[in-house]
Amino acid sequence: MSQMPMAVGTRRLQIWRGDLTGGGLVDYDLETEPGMVVLDAVLEIQRSQAPDLAVRWNCKAAKCGSCSAEINGKPRLMCKTRLDHLPPHEPITVEPMKAFPVIRDLVTDVSWNYRVNEQITPFTPRENLREGIELRNGDFLIDQAETDRMSEFRKCIECFMCQDVCHILRDHRMHNRYYGPRFMVRMASLDMHPLDGIDRLDQIADEGGLGLCNITKCCTEVCPENIHITDNAIIPMKERVVDQRHDPLLKLFKRNRTNEGRVKPPPRSETPEL
Amino acid sequence: MALEHHDYDVLVLGSGGSGLRAAIAAAEAGARTGLVCKSLLGKAHTVMAEGGLAASLGNVAPEDSWSTHFQDTMFGGKYLNNWRMAELHAKEAPDRARELEHWGAVFDRTPERVMSQRAFGGHTYKRLVHIGDRTGLEMIRTLQDKTVHSNVEVFMETTITRLLKDGDRVVGAFGYRRATGELISFSAKALVIATGGSGRIYRITSNSQDCTGDGYALGYEAGAELVDMEFVQFHPTGMVYPPGVAGLLVTEAVRGEGGILRNNLGERFMEKYDPKRMELSTRDVVARSIYTEVKEGRGTPHGGAFLDVSHLDSDYVRRKLPSMYDQFMELAGVDITKEPMQVGPTCHYFMGGVKVDPDNGQSRVPGLFATGEASGGMNGANRLGGNSLGDLLVFGRRAGEGAAQVANAIDSVSLPDEEVAAAQAEIDGFLNGSGTEDPFKMHRELQTIMGDGVGIFRDRAGISEAISKLESLEARVGNLKAPSNRPDYNPGWQLCREVKNMLTVSLMIARGALMREESRGAHSRLDHTGYSDYWGEHNIVVHRDGDHDMTLTPTPVVKRDELEDLVEARKEAEKAS
Repeated sequence: MSQMPMAVGTRRLQIWRGDLTGGGLVDYDLETEPGMVVLDAVLEIQRSQAPDLAVRWNCKAAKCGSCSAEINGKPRLMCKTRLDHLPPHEPITVEPMKAFPVIRDLVTDVSWNYRVNEQITPFTPRENLREGIELRNGDFLIDQAETDRMSEFRKCIECFMCQDVCHILRDHRMHNRYYGPRFMVRMASLDMHPLDGIDRLDQIADEGGLGLCNITKCCTEVCPENIHITDNAIIPMKERVVDQRHDPLLKLFKRNRTNEGRVKPPPRSETPEL
Repeated sequence: MALEHHDYDVLVLGSGGSGLRAAIAAAEAGARTGLVCKSLLGKAHTVMAEGGLAASLGNVAPEDSWSTHFQDTMFGGKYLNNWRMAELHAKEAPDRARELEHWGAVFDRTPERVMSQRAFGGHTYKRLVHIGDRTGLEMIRTLQDKTVHSNVEVFMETTITRLLKDGDRVVGAFGYRRATGELISFSAKALVIATGGSGRIYRITSNSQDCTGDGYALGYEAGAELVDMEFVQFHPTGMVYPPGVAGLLVTEAVRGEGGILRNNLGERFMEKYDPKRMELSTRDVVARSIYTEVKEGRGTPHGGAFLDVSHLDSDYVRRKLPSMYDQFMELAGVDITKEPMQVGPTCHYFMGGVKVDPDNGQSRVPGLFATGEASGGMNGANRLGGNSLGDLLVFGRRAGEGAAQVANAIDSVSLPDEEVAAAQAEIDGFLNGSGTEDPFKMHRELQTIMGDGVGIFRDRAGISEAISKLESLEARVGNLKAPSNRPDYNPGWQLCREVKNMLTVSLMIARGALMREESRGAHSRLDHTGYSDYWGEHNIVVHRDGDHDMTLTPTPVVKRDELEDLVEARKEAEKAS
């Protein structure tokens, strides 16, 4: 059977060490093993050279989204980035995500994301579900095609790398006006649930700040789950907001096909500050 | 130093599926509820569960019923299960699955548009509710969102190092915030241990780094009994190459969807070991079969078995097993639609845990509850795939309600100062003491001892040697010290207490494994290869006698008269085939 050759040898890692007061890159050399990923290298350095090196990780299987970092300047999961897939004769830089305040070394304070999530009304079944059409003996009836559409968004492992790379958050620091791509995806998965009973468009457009996204697709490029964040979540929602708010015919009839039977969510507080 | 303090009716330790479900239930029952987790919310090990949730909904196989699910669970557990737990699980899993869907979870559908169900090892019918191969993620996200909208206060990245008692009763917990090192105490009228398993005691494991057996050790130290600790499930299929990913889980859904196991001669070797169930035999059997093939020289180049799905339609594989496709493509450079995977056994799950009342999750210690993988009894000697996701919902809910009920009957509790001081002294010692033992090194030593002596196959000599080595580690554990004394996000400090916990767990496993002179389920003794009638009727219960002595007691299996006919019928059917 074919198997890709796996390079070994000594590699240099330059890891950002520091905290909110400042810091910089520190060099570490280590002997690599075949197939080693950046997280293996960082943990080996932690074990043998720098026991106080702070790094957040859990599953080491690309399923939990804890070990996000900027590797050679690009947001990636440390557990899913092979050393031998990076340019061989250059040091590998590993830095914390820049859209969030650093706690120490590679660990950042991502609690803002959790505060944003609390603002989003959870899934709430419609009140007018009909037996035989949307229900069978009380169980939901849903098409596989609808499931597939939602499932793309529900693959999200909350690594927050899309948030990290989003210009609105990273460069313009508008955390108090835009929920960021992660939560656009979350809102899209709720909005596309055929049995959800909440009219979410106002929140998506207003507190969520959907209009601030200028569709540069940077978020899509870094998503480790290959979610088409911009094309499948953000753009369709932008179109729906335009239709609902500005289409004169829909305005006249004050209704919208997809929002039938949906109710306004309870009042929300303002978009959280970072 | 000022101590941050919080007071709750119910405090839940752990934010995996069982902890979240317990917290939701406690809050719904009117308890002021706090939830403490070592990592960020949504990162717990449940997120890695892939295959599905076993529930006899009968959506695909209408002939399925709770009684068949109960019988399958008992057969899988080699009849050591707590019968009542297996019964409650089989009866209530369908409602818990439906409830998740009503909370927004999205599962794959049948053509009739209801929840689809897939085949899995040891289950008579297609029974596992699933979404692709990321069912655990779907469940944890759903429960996470339900929790944060259920008036539960969550303490992320907070480590609990000790349970606090007032006399016989557990009244709280002590720990620190990982980001800052600030100390924190909780008082609680009832406390639920939902800390999962302890896979990190082995080097080859599918478990995430949080799985360090904290709840087993904390419960044990607080006086709880633990049951069935010798039964450690080695999942048959973990990745074996490259080295950095060795142990990483390859979901049983690969076999559920039609994957075939072969040795290096191209033989479909399960024909030898379980011709009836083949690849979908129970996990203990498949794991031992792969191990035996490798040991007898019929392994793959990297010391595993071949697992092949390349005969299936490649679009189907990519749709049904998307994360497996990515995992092998990215980490091993293998396209599973074209070539076979190489797989071998990996430590996966702990059947044992805190012994609890099946109906409400209470341990023998007043105020102390346990649920999910942290509790024992439901799975007996071997767990069927798909039963853990059902287990954590059914018993998470029951423990949360049970804890709330106890809490509601108590006015208030207070933390004795000396308990807090002792807890504080312990973790201060790990940070600032004069110890010389490096926790990273001791962790490696522990993993080597367990892998060598108390792995998938065991014998008296190997286990005895492991025990004496573990005992010598025990003599050194008080001398652990973090290599750095910074309190903020210090991985060595965190590991000190975790190593202590893992050592306690390892001793329970090794001593139980030595006592159980037979082979049953996940416990295989090379020097006692058959079933023993005596041990078929007994669980091993561990508790702490006095301050230090670990005591193991064979205890009759907890049966239930009204289930006798079902169990006997299954035993007869197995004999007949």
